[in-house]
Order: sequence, then structure tokens, then C-alpha cells
Amino acid sequence: MIPAALAFACGAIALAMALTAWRLLRGPEPTDRVLALDTLYVNTVGLVIVLGLWHGSSLLFEAALLIAMLGFVATVALARYISRGDVAE
Amino acid sequence: MNPDSLHPLAQAIVAALLVLGGLFCLVGAIGLVRLPDFYTRLHAPTKASTLGVGGLLLASLVWQAAAGSGFPRELLITLFLFVTAPISANLLAMAALHRRTPSIAPEPPVDRS
Repeated sequence: MIPAALAFACGAIALAMALTAWRLLRGPEPTDRVLALDTLYVNTVGLVIVLGLWHGSSLLFEAALLIAMLGFVATVALARYISRGDVAE
Repeated sequence: MNPDSLHPLAQAIVAALLVLGGLFCLVGAIGLVRLPDFYTRLHAPTKASTLGVGGLLLASLVWQAAAGSGFPRELLITLFLFVTAPISANLLAMAALHRRTPSIAPEPPVDRS
């Protein structure tokens, strides 16, 4: 039961990443693209967790935490660059 | 970590949480594609990052609690995403307002009193 659920979660997150990548390419405004990038980071965190459960390795949780932190910093930097033209005062 | 070493009830709960987490990630992405306006699209990834990743982390928590020990580091990821999601959404909304992104919401009625 669990391997089937892991495979389903993996496939669902992969499909979610494909749809988000469509919005990343399409988004008429730069803010749409930054939002899609942030969503891709969150989907990557989910995918790394599912892979960590699949392979039984607890090392991938550190990778998921790192991706979440770096994704947040990247989103904040891009949003500040769009709104004021500069990342740090 | 062998999945068959768990109690059958724990296996069912972990499988249900995994399916739920994956489904909500998909729902967030479908909302991102289908919603008509940037300000409405801002709402969609919140479902993916709270219920989606939260469900997956709960599945990992239940698995680790049923067949293991140690401090659940997955709580750190959930807590971090819960705290930082509103901040990034607020900054993106400010950036969109700065660029005067058109909104499908009607103009508020003018008070001529």
C-alpha cells in the first residue's frame, strides 16, 4: 500500500511541477513568474520528502530544509528587485 | 526503513496522508494555471505549501513515530514554510501593486456624499 502511495505522490508532484513550469513560461507579468518559481521550490521540497521516504534515507530532510530556506530567500530577493530595483538598501 | 514493518493501521494512515499531500500539491498547481488574475493566483500556492507539503510531512512523522525514534526534523520544515509563506506572498503583492498589475476586481464605488 505504501509503495503505491509513494508512487502516486511522486507522480502528482511531478505533474504539479510541469503545470507550474507552464505558468513560469507563460506568466504575462514578472510577478507571475516569481510566484511560479516560489511554487516550484515548495513542490521540490515535497518531492525531496517523498524521495527520502522512498529510499529510507533521513539525509534528504536536510536537503529539503535547505531548499526551503534558499527558495524563500530567492523569492524575497526577486520580489524586492521587482518592486524597488534593488535587493538590499 | 521497511514499509512492511509497520502496523497495518499505521500503513493505511501513512498511505492516506501521502495521497492527500500529493493531491493538494496538484490542486495548488492547477489553481496557478487556471485562475484568471495575478491577485487570485496568489492564493493557489498557499494550499500547496500548507496542506500539500504539510500532509507529506505528517506522513513522514507518522512513519517515523510508528517505526523509529528521534526528534522529528520534519516539523522544522513545516514550521519554516508556515512562517515564510505569508511574508513572500505579502512582498509579491506589494511588487504587483507597484507595477500596477491589472485586477479583475471592480473599482470600489465612489462615495459622493
